Amino acid sequence: MLTGANGAGKTNLLEALSLLSPGRGLRGARLAELVRIGSDAPWGVAATLVRGDATHELGTGSDPANSERRLARIDGAAARATDLGSELAMLWLTPQMDRLFAEGASARRRFFDRLVLGLDPTHGTRSNRYERALRQRARLLQEGRPDPAWLDGLEREMAETGVAIAAARRAYLERLVAALALGNDAFPRPAIAVSGLVEEMLGRASALQAEDEFRQRLAAGRGADIAAGGTAIVGPHKSDVIVVHEAKDMLAERCSTGEQKALLISLILAASQLTGAERGATPVLLLDEVAAHLDPDRRLALYGALEALGGQFWLTGTEPGPFQPLLEKAQFFDVRDASVSRL
Amino acid sequence: MSGADLEKLIQLLAKLPGLGPRSARRAALTLLKKREQLMTPLGEAIQAAAASVQDCSVCGNLDTVDPCAVCNDKARDSHTICVVEDVGDLWALERSGAFRGRYHVLGGTLSALDGISPDDLRIASLVRRAHDDGVREIILATSATVEGQATAHYVTDRLASTGVAVSRLGHGVPIGGELDYLDDGTLTAALKSRKTL
Repeated sequence: MLTGANGAGKTNLLEALSLLSPGRGLRGARLAELVRIGSDAPWGVAATLVRGDATHELGTGSDPANSERRLARIDGAAARATDLGSELAMLWLTPQMDRLFAEGASARRRFFDRLVLGLDPTHGTRSNRYERALRQRARLLQEGRPDPAWLDGLEREMAETGVAIAAARRAYLERLVAALALGNDAFPRPAIAVSGLVEEMLGRASALQAEDEFRQRLAAGRGADIAAGGTAIVGPHKSDVIVVHEAKDMLAERCSTGEQKALLISLILAASQLTGAERGATPVLLLDEVAAHLDPDRRLALYGALEALGGQFWLTGTEPGPFQPLLEKAQFFDVRDASVSRL
Repeated sequence: MSGADLEKLIQLLAKLPGLGPRSARRAALTLLKKREQLMTPLGEAIQAAAASVQDCSVCGNLDTVDPCAVCNDKARDSHTICVVEDVGDLWALERSGAFRGRYHVLGGTLSALDGISPDDLRIASLVRRAHDDGVREIILATSATVEGQATAHYVTDRLASTGVAVSRLGHGVPIGGELDYLDDGTLTAALKSRKTL
């Protein structure tokens, strides 16, 4: 439990931890934005991961020779940032995510892909490959003299990785829905679906057929994509995640702020339970200001659910009051002026 | 040596791959401590190589003779050409000793994001070589990156009219790899490039 006034550095601490997983961390910040303001010194985060008898040293930080590059180390050896996900699963819930259901599809898609990544660490590599081919193709189309054979090659790559991304999302969704069915009664149960062209193709055809179909769609859509600025207007980078409050049969975005938060907690708890069951280790959960929107009953239910999951959880709040029920079970730290002391 | 000369040496060394500013300073110090045994001979070797090493006009390999030793070697199989991205890849294949044909070095991969187009690579000269009598197979050994694969596809398309068989390196299970530990993408690639036994 990290408590302290606004601006004391609680979220910074969680963000530092979140960088021990692949991607941009819990703020989605670019590497250049992670440097201390007014300084060009490189940054780094290191942690010792203890699981049973095994101990691993994880580290990440900016490359001193090139601040735009991120380095990662696992047990002292150089690794890719995506490899960190194989060692440590991590999920988070931040106040920024309160708007997740009201925002555009991209935030929901990123959220869902992070859940998939918790179970399937190769999902990140796949997404990077797809993204790269997508950007290469967009640049070719923007330049106005697209070479058909070159575009064919990139579209083939997009079709292969795009179908793999959609298949991983579908496979994950099926398991998440099963985990949600066993969910906690204190929180509303969300009904969840992934809506997207390639995901729908996979619902009615084999992966190889979907690859062919998606590739043909891309080839046929070049003209429309040029008109739209270059980036393909269809594909798994356009998919959306639809969440419905099951009992009320209401789209999550129409629910109250408190109910939306509760739906998100349901999803995070089910995803943690799923990852824990399948990978044998519950993800580390970073829960920033999570108690704020919850009534006392739900707060207690959340603490109970976390205890049942049995992993490591980091919670923040401006005051220790709401965390009283955890007094005997958690370590409490005070964060003040960017330094941490045990209470 | 004045401070400015030393600084220039360090700056140049730091531009080498694998060397950052700190390791460049260490390398400069080592050179200065071993002037006779290392620094002077290295300087001479660099000058000699800069003067004599050139691109092979046939395949793009680096050598002091043109055409290069590989292209000149009559004992090598002239029916098969292996296409690689860079000379470093050619060296890797030579180290393996597994290939006894000729090479063709593209000089990179297609990348719209980095402004590398087909005209920047040795693709036209590859198509000309493929038209030569005697070439029966072209093996594409570009890397399994997005750019490497897009380049392989592009080259295949350009070679279609030559009638030469085009193949590519197999992708999949590494030697000594256990299936259980492979990611889905690698397994799918391995299944796609399976071989009849």
